[in-house]
This record gives sequence, structure tokens and C-alpha cells, in this order.
Amino acid sequence: MTEISETQSRVAARLARRHAGEKRFKLLSLGAVWVGLVFLGVLLFTVIGSGHTAFLQTKILLNVTLEETDLGEAGEGGQAQAIAGANYNGVIKRTLRAVFPEARSRSDKRALYRLVSVGAAYEIREAMMEHENPVGTPVAVWVTASDDVDLIIKGTVPRTAPADQRHLSDQQMNWIESLEKTETVKARFNTTFFTSGDSREPELAGVLGGAMGSLYAILVCLAISFPLGVMSAVYLECFAPKNRLTEFIEVNINNLAAVPSIVFGLLGLAIFLNAFMLPRSAPLVGGMVLSLLTLPTIIIAGRAAIKSVPPSVREAALALGASPVQAVFHHVLPLAMPGILTGTIIGTAGALGETAPLLMIGMVAFIVDVPTSVVDPSTVLPVQIFLWSDIPEKAFVERTSAAILVLLSFVCLLNLFAVYLRKRFETRW
Amino acid sequence: MTFDSVEHMVTEATDLEHSARIGATMAGEPNQTGEIPGGPAKMASRNLQVRYGDKQALYDVSLDIPVNEVTAFIGPSGCGKSTYLRCLNRMNDNIDICHVDGSVTLDGREIYAKDQDVVQLRTRIGMVFQKPNPFPKSIFDNVAYGPRIHGIARDREELNGIVLGSLERAGLLDEVRDRLDAPGIGLSGGQQQRLCIARAIAVRPEVILMDEPCSALDPIATERIEELIMELKAQYTIIMVTHSMQQARRVSDKTAFFHLGHLVEHGATSEVFENPQDDRTKDYVTGRIG
Amino acid sequence: MAVLIAASSVAILTTVGIVLSLIFESIQFFRQIPFTDFVFGLHWSPQTAIREDQVGASGAFGAIPLLAGTLLISAIALCVSGPVGLMAAIYLGEYASRRFRATVKPILEALAGIPTVVYGFFAAIVVAPLLRNSGEAIGLEVSSESALAAGLVMGIMTIPFVSSISDDAITAVPESLKEAALGLGSTRSEAIRNVILPAALPGIAGGLLLAASRVIGETMIVVMAAGLAAKLTLNPFEAVTTVTVQIVTLLTGDQEFDSPKTLAAFALGLMLFVVTLALNVTALRIVKAYREQYD
Repeated sequence: MTEISETQSRVAARLARRHAGEKRFKLLSLGAVWVGLVFLGVLLFTVIGSGHTAFLQTKILLNVTLEETDLGEAGEGGQAQAIAGANYNGVIKRTLRAVFPEARSRSDKRALYRLVSVGAAYEIREAMMEHENPVGTPVAVWVTASDDVDLIIKGTVPRTAPADQRHLSDQQMNWIESLEKTETVKARFNTTFFTSGDSREPELAGVLGGAMGSLYAILVCLAISFPLGVMSAVYLECFAPKNRLTEFIEVNINNLAAVPSIVFGLLGLAIFLNAFMLPRSAPLVGGMVLSLLTLPTIIIAGRAAIKSVPPSVREAALALGASPVQAVFHHVLPLAMPGILTGTIIGTAGALGETAPLLMIGMVAFIVDVPTSVVDPSTVLPVQIFLWSDIPEKAFVERTSAAILVLLSFVCLLNLFAVYLRKRFETRW
Repeated sequence: MTFDSVEHMVTEATDLEHSARIGATMAGEPNQTGEIPGGPAKMASRNLQVRYGDKQALYDVSLDIPVNEVTAFIGPSGCGKSTYLRCLNRMNDNIDICHVDGSVTLDGREIYAKDQDVVQLRTRIGMVFQKPNPFPKSIFDNVAYGPRIHGIARDREELNGIVLGSLERAGLLDEVRDRLDAPGIGLSGGQQQRLCIARAIAVRPEVILMDEPCSALDPIATERIEELIMELKAQYTIIMVTHSMQQARRVSDKTAFFHLGHLVEHGATSEVFENPQDDRTKDYVTGRIG
Repeated sequence: MAVLIAASSVAILTTVGIVLSLIFESIQFFRQIPFTDFVFGLHWSPQTAIREDQVGASGAFGAIPLLAGTLLISAIALCVSGPVGLMAAIYLGEYASRRFRATVKPILEALAGIPTVVYGFFAAIVVAPLLRNSGEAIGLEVSSESALAAGLVMGIMTIPFVSSISDDAITAVPESLKEAALGLGSTRSEAIRNVILPAALPGIAGGLLLAASRVIGETMIVVMAAGLAAKLTLNPFEAVTTVTVQIVTLLTGDQEFDSPKTLAAFALGLMLFVVTLALNVTALRIVKAYREQYD
């Protein structure tokens, strides 16, 4: 008995310390979970905080009157061609001088013209061409303001900031304030961001070029990797004999899944661009590289989905007289399809965010035009983000964040769709 | 620490039926609720109910476990005997959906009390499992695990003494004396189980719970473990779940028969097997139900 | 059927394609720059003669500083993702309620789904300046392109990966061992630390090797947050460059495909491929041997 009570007293002596250790351990592990959650929160907060202002674009309302003297040559297109070829640079300068006649000296005038974007002239041209009879009548046009004005109006740069951050003189600030008083300068929804390609001017830059490039590349990627992936998965899971070759294929697939993506880019550069002489920077090549990246994912997900279909389904089909191929394609595959699609969508979401391999095949150039086919030179959305992130101009910083928000929404939507698919079609055998 | 169990039963009684049963108990007859005539109960349960989510696993089990005896729990699969066993050292605490109502006492003290430290409880009640589960450590470290974490040994010498003593009491020392550093999982099935017994007794418990300790072992190993159990009962109170009626007859002093979550009959082993009072018990011990 | 077989061989073709193109171009490279210079050289400064009559190329193609930079940043990343991922897996597996686990696990998985270019942006815009300013505040010299910034962000990106593999490794440990530990009176943390973790160690180690492979091959975060300075240093506050950054730098410029600069990128790519392959194979071997132990 005394042996037991001695043991018990020693046990009791340590208990408090051990329970304290237990509590510490539990808190520490909870802290680890929180590290991840907090980081995610901060990341989203930062991106949304710095990017949401990019969805607004400051515009200035100008009443523009096109004079006969501004028109260009009539030629074959008649009046329309004359309007199209008019001297809009002169028109815009005249209009601005009319609003602020106090700008006399050359430097004052230059400062005045810098309130609007270089694209403003084109915007006026567009408005005039759409108008029925623009010559002589004042037309109201909201033109894009320059990026410096834009940042001030949206409050990204404080009005009291020193000159080197504000890039606007006091005189220019006065002009802006008088425009505000007459409500002719406003921050409105930034449609340009979603309808234009890249530009040197931040106020004219948009993600459409990158988005379309991504779309084409992903379409090419899926067109290649989905059929190949499903067929490989079917073969490996249903028909392949258990020999060294099959094992070798499986080992290869598992290894490819873990190869760094940049290596796939090198492959694309050496073989697709150099050996096959395919056009550089085209979504076609990008898609081909991405398809090699996503192939292992689809194969692995496909095999898991096919494996989860009970063998009784295949056996029943065979018993009814179906050939092995028919049994698989008519019976097993449709049942495995939700799982395969889920894996494909997740793989696509990953491919959408890939940047490094596409840098390798040249999608790193400055391209203004929105691609209209898979062989037009283009960039993809993540590369666009990468290119913009290097530009120190504040206006590009907010656009980079906004582009990130666009990319994240696509990735998030794809993943949510995959989860929805999985839940909806999940059958427990 | 000792408690007069009769006095305990009287103070716990709240209704007439209960008192009536006590009266019958005092007369010394075996009964269906498992309360012992005379004799100190090392552990006792009253009205123990266990529920896994919506499914009731144990209904109102009241049972006394006498000290320094082997009590066997028998019954068909799924009857609740393992569930009951696991309540005795609160192993069911680890299961989310498991709800325990009623009382279980060790030496008269409620083990489900709010101030009862589970960690400490398990130094007084040890457990041996169905499939031998030595840690992937050396034989020495396996047995030393308990004393180490509880801080029972003051120094290396004392620890050595505890380990060797436990191995000896478990009847394993002679076979492993020269290879204490060898991995525990390298032993045969029967040796592994004896190692687990040594591990359990290293923390000097008072009660040892055994959940079908021989079901994964061959007949020779089983025999050795049964001999060991009969030796150990002199020092420990042993509660054993077994699916083998022959084993219960060989080894135990008292037997409790469970059926579909109810404690059907309990008493001296010879009485339960030769003179079962309840039809269900009769059916089971004669092999009509299984 | 033949179609199916052909489809399956695309995987082999791809590997063959990768290996051949890397080796082929690397051989071209090693014709111009000696192999030993590359593998053992301590100086990385890839310039090539611009005009034919320039006396001697002033370029140096020693890869050691790149390896050192890669290792430094990877080590920092693993120091973050290893402990944090493991402890998170322990909390979610052992202590968390079912509801907590069901809500939080997908959120942590989201960290793995974020494109690396976003992480790179965050590292460059937020983490690096934060580290530099904090460093200044306490008198430390922290570069604005420190290895620490890139390493930290890479570590956090890999947390779900390590957590998921650790969770698998821990779950693979038979429940009976945990029960035995608890039955002897261990607290939950004692059971985890003394019994479960040692038993799960091979699986966790394999997971860390796989994470290392991921981190070594990572490109965008380091391109955007780490520097181009090929330095041989162990100081996490300095700017270093990695193999992947140099591959990008060498190839996103205007040069002939055959120039040593371009070919150097392939040699680096080959090195990267071999290293990550070795890590993956080792990791899978460890995990496989460990799984057989418990089956």
C-alpha cells in the first residue's frame, strides 16, 4: 500500500506542470492555425484595399465644338472621313483653353493640357464619329483625366502631398478645384480597365488583353490535356497490364506532377518555339505548355475517380455482353465523370495562375492589342500582373492590385464550382 | 481510502426498490443488478448509461467489482461489455459522440467527478488491449514510458528497478533480460502482450482492465497469460472482457453477463455457468445464442 | 485501344522531351563554358562579349552563389512551413471540434490555391518594406530585397502542403498506439510528442522533402521579392539570387538563342530538374517504406 501511495504522491506532484504544458501545447498549435488565417486575411485586405480604387476612373466633362477648320480631307469617305481625320489634338487644346483662359504662357498651357490623358483626343474622336452632325454643335464628352489628376480625385494621393509625390503644381490644383465646383470632374466606374489591353498610360490600361490571352491559352490547354488525360487515366486504370512499362508510365506521371513549372517553360522554349518554330508569345504555345503541366493532375484525379466506381458496375456491363471498351466508356466513365471534372477544374485553376513557364515562351512583351486568335501575340493575366508590378507609378500599383482581384475571382470561382460539382454529384457507394 | 461499501449503498439508496434489493443483497443471494453481498468493492457503478449519439449502448448498469479478484465480462458481440470496460478508466472521454450518465466509483470516490484528474486516474487503473500494441521503442523504453512521464522514479537506478520488477512480475524478464534495448515490436505476439502488461503495471496501478487480452494470441501464449492473470490478482483487481466462456470459467472468480447493453446476470463464476438464473444467460452459456 | 496507349505515352514523351532538351542545350553550353567552372565556380556574372573583337568574355558562370541563395531562401521557407504546418495539422486533427475543422481546413487550403504571382506582389509591396523598416527601427541593416522576405512568404505559401501531408502521416499511425499512451495516463500533448510524432516521423520527413522540392523550384515569389545579386552569404537580411531567378533573367532579354547566356539557363534548368527529382524520389521512397511498416 505504501508503495502505491508513494507513487501517487509523486504523480500528484507533477500533475500541475504537465497540465500547464498541455495547455501551452494546445495554444501553440492553435497559434499555428491562426498564422495561416491571419496571413490570408492580411493579404486579401491589402489587395482589396489598394486595388478597389482602380475600379474608378476620373473623367472630365468637356463641351467640345468641332469647327470646319478642324476637319481633315474629305476624300472618298466624304464627311465621315473628314470627321475621322480631324485634328483632335488641336480641338482638345482649344477646348481646355476655353475653360481656363488664364493659361497664357507656354508652360502654363502645357500644364493645362496635362490635366487630361493622351487618350482624350481619341475619346473625342469616337464621340464625334458617333454623333449625327457634330460640326458646329457643342458635344458633351467625358474624357479620361490624366493619372495624376485621377489619384488626387480618388484620394489615393493626398492633396497636401509634396510636389514630388503629387506631380501637380498649385496652379493645376486650382484648376482641378474649380472643375470640382462645376461638377465637371468625377470618378466614375472604370470601364476602360475591362475593355482595353495594356498601355503605357495607366489611365488607359486594362486587363482585357491579359484576360483574353489567358482564355485562349486555357482553351488550348484543356483541348489537349483533357482528352489525353482522360484517355491515359482510363488506360492505366482499366486496361493496362501490370508490367514494367505501366509502372514506368506511372512513375513518370508522379514525377511530372512534382517538376517545377519553370522547367516546362524551358521545354516549351526549346521544342515548341525553337524546334517546331511556333510563334513566340502566342496563346497556342502557352496553352501547349500549360497542358503538359495540367496533364498529370487530370490523370491522377481521373484515376482516383475511376477507381472509386465499384467494380460491380463494370462486371454487370460485361455480364450483359458489352465489350471491355464499351463497358468502360458507356458505364464506368460517365459515373467517374464528376470526379474527373472536379480534378480538371482544379487543374485549370492552377494553370490560370501559372506565370513562370509563360515567361519562358516569351509572353513577357508589352502588347497593346487584345488578341483575337490563338496565334496572336498576347500575354496572360498573371504575367500582366507581373509586368505591372514592376512599374513604380502609383497609378499602376492600384491597377496591379485590381488585376490581382480579377485573377483571384476567376480562380476562386473555378474552385467553388469544383466544390459545388463534387457536392452535387458525390455518390457514396 | 477504504470505505464501508454497505454504508455506501445505504446512503446512495433513494427509492424503495433499491432498498429492497439491498435487503436481498444482505441475505447473500446472487442478483441481477450486480451488487455484492458483503466484501469491499474496489470499483462500482450505479445506473450507468452510455449513448453514442442517438444509439444507446448501455442501459442502467449497476455492478460491483470486488478487490483482488478476477471479474470476467462475457456476452455476445456488441453487448456493451467493452463499452463498459472503457468507462472504468474514462477512455470513452476521447470519443466525441459518447455520452456517459450515472456513477462509477473507485474506492468509493466518483471518477466522473469534475475535480477528478483523468491523467491521475489512469495511473490507478491500467489497461491492456485486445491486440498487443507496444510502442515502436525499445523494450526498456516501453515499460519505462509510464514511470517517465509521471515522474515516478527519482533516478535512473530506481527506474531500472521499476522496469525490471514489472518485467519480472509480467513473467517476461527471463526472456528479454539480455536485450532490453531491442525494439518491442520484434517480440512474438504473446511476448508483446506480456510486455504491454509489464508496461501497464510499471505505474503501480490498483486495477487492471483487460479487453480480450488473448484473442489475438495462439493457445500456448494464451495459457501463459492466463497463468499470469491468476498470479497478478493477488496484487491487483483485474477486470477482463472475454468472448471465450471457457477462459472465463478457467480464470475468473466472478462473471458478469451482458446482453444488448443490459447487465443480465452477475455472480460467482461457478454459479453463473452451472446455475444461471436468467434464460438469456442460460442460452448463452449453453451455446444457444452467441 | 491503341489511341489509349498513345495517350498514356504522352507522359513519357514529356519527360523524355524535358530531359533531352535540357541535356542537349546544356551540352552546347558546356562546350563554351567548362563544366567544372559552372559547378564549382564561385562567381556568377553572366555577361558575354557584345562585339566579336572584344578581348575575352568577361562573363563568369559559376553556379555556387545561385545554389547558396536558393538554399538560404529555401531553408527560411522550411523553417516557417515545417513547424507551422505540423502544429496546424496537430491542432486540426487532435484538438479542434468538428465544426472548427470543417470551416478552417478549406480556408487554409485556399492559401495553396493563390497564384504565386500574387504572393510575389505581396512579398515585394508589403513584407519586404515592413522588414526593412522594422530592421531600421532596431538598428539592423535589412535589404529591401532580403532573403527573409521571400523566404517568409514562400513558407506561408507551403503551409497547407506540409499540413496536409503531416495530417496524413499522423492519421496513418494506428489508433491503438494513441490509446495505449492515453491508457497509461499521458496527456494528449504527451501522447502526441512521445508516441505519435516519433511514429509519424518518416511520413513527416517525406513531406518536408517534398515541400523543399516545391520551394526550390518556386520562381515568381523570388523573382519579385528577391534580388539579382549573386552573393555567397548566410545572412537572411541580405539580398541573394536563386537558380530560378537567374533562369528568368537570362531568358527574358534580347539575345540569340545560342548565346552562352541562354544556354546557361538550360544548364541551370537541368540542375534544378535533377535536384527536385532527387528530392521527390527520396521523399516517396521514405513515405513508401514507412507506409509498409504499418500495413
